[in-house]
Amino acid sequence: MKQIHVKDIAETVERLCIQACTALGDDWWQAMENAVSLEESPLGKDLLGIIRENAGLAASTGEPICQDTGLAVVFLEIGQEVSITGGSLYDAINEGVRRGYINGYLRKSVVSDPLIRENTGDNTPAIIHTEIVPGSDLRITVAPKGAGSENSSGLKMLKPADGEEGVIRFVMEVVEAAGPNACPPIVVGVGVGGNLEKSALLAKRSLLRPLGERHPKPHIAKLEEELLKRINSTGIGPQGLGGRITALDVHVEVHPTHIASLPVAVNIQCHASRHAEAVL
Amino acid sequence: MKRIRTPLDDETIRTLKAGDQVALSGVLLTGRDAAHKRLVDTYKAGQELPVDLRGQVIYYVGPCPAKPGKVIGSAGPTTSSRMDPYTPLLVRELGLKGMIGKGYRSKQVVDVLKAQCAIYFLAVGGAGALLAQRIKQAEVIAYPDLGAEAIYRLEVEDFPLIVGIDSQGRNAYEEGQAKYRLAGA
Ligand code: SF4
Repeated sequence: MKQIHVKDIAETVERLCIQACTALGDDWWQAMENAVSLEESPLGKDLLGIIRENAGLAASTGEPICQDTGLAVVFLEIGQEVSITGGSLYDAINEGVRRGYINGYLRKSVVSDPLIRENTGDNTPAIIHTEIVPGSDLRITVAPKGAGSENSSGLKMLKPADGEEGVIRFVMEVVEAAGPNACPPIVVGVGVGGNLEKSALLAKRSLLRPLGERHPKPHIAKLEEELLKRINSTGIGPQGLGGRITALDVHVEVHPTHIASLPVAVNIQCHASRHAEAVL
Repeated sequence: MKRIRTPLDDETIRTLKAGDQVALSGVLLTGRDAAHKRLVDTYKAGQELPVDLRGQVIYYVGPCPAKPGKVIGSAGPTTSSRMDPYTPLLVRELGLKGMIGKGYRSKQVVDVLKAQCAIYFLAVGGAGALLAQRIKQAEVIAYPDLGAEAIYRLEVEDFPLIVGIDSQGRNAYEEGQAKYRLAGA
């Protein structure tokens, strides 16, 4: 049994919150470079330039990329041979979020009750997704998610007869409705199959996949290409002001489902595609 | 790139067209949903407002906390449509001349911009670190209990904006997207 102390977990989460909010991944920089070269609109090119300049500034100054530093979404992959010592795992995660958002001067955007709406003051609680996996590692991914793109997301329980065309139609509906609110160029995460909550989780998780990487199943990879082509034909463009690049990428994840179901969840990610991970 | 200063007068506003890139300097006030609601409730109750909005520009922003030695933290625009229900009253009754945000506005907002010669600017969503550098001063002037949602008075220099909806009601989103929409999309 490998032992991991909650103190190390809290420290890691603190660091990941700050890192995710200030520095984007190499895949993002590559995707933006491609976007600039493909963009046809002069204003669109300028806007992509500003977005890159902003990300560079954030990385060099440690200022958050975007002021909406979001809900802290935390994915845990816990090896079944790991033993957590020294206290509660979820308390440690929330302690890390609290310290990250306070010490990193990140915005606190969480209200304790959806109807009473009082700010908790430290951006807790985190949204925690836990998976038990083989092995003796603990993988922690922090993916802060702002409201502009999250509020533009959607889920629909389609009929099996709607098929692939139905999936495409629904994704396009969500992307069109999101328009400028989701701060394009966006990344589109799609979860198909499972049930209601499974499809939503697939969509969210797909946003962690590196930009430019296709699904291993050929028919899903083809669907991703088709969706990307259609989304980039809408003309929405950078910031919704018109152009070729509405999305940097589309990721689709699938899961077995019921004979009578075809759930589709679309999770929109803004250009501030923030996530950071560590393995303990 | 046109350079303009606040407060805005009708003459300046009329020269600005949807899609123009402008650099704005001067004073901005901040406000999001909660501050808008309070302003409107106070006005409707016949009480005195804590700020004078005549000729002013409101920036829809909830900034990050300022790091030591900094004026303000990351400070990009939030989604404007959440303010749509309050905007017509602010423009018509309180003399607000401009707004800065991101995203579409309602027909009621477009109508009041036309009727009152007011204007809606866009700032680049998700460029909060860069925009914060153009903010030279920041102080809370009303509703400090709202935290990031309090009303701040900001002094900005060459704040980079795009005219989203001009005083004739022309819309940069519609015009820009129409140009790049491909057949079959
Ligand atoms: S949608 Fe993303 S980039 Fe835009 S304001 Fe929200 S968090 Fe920031």
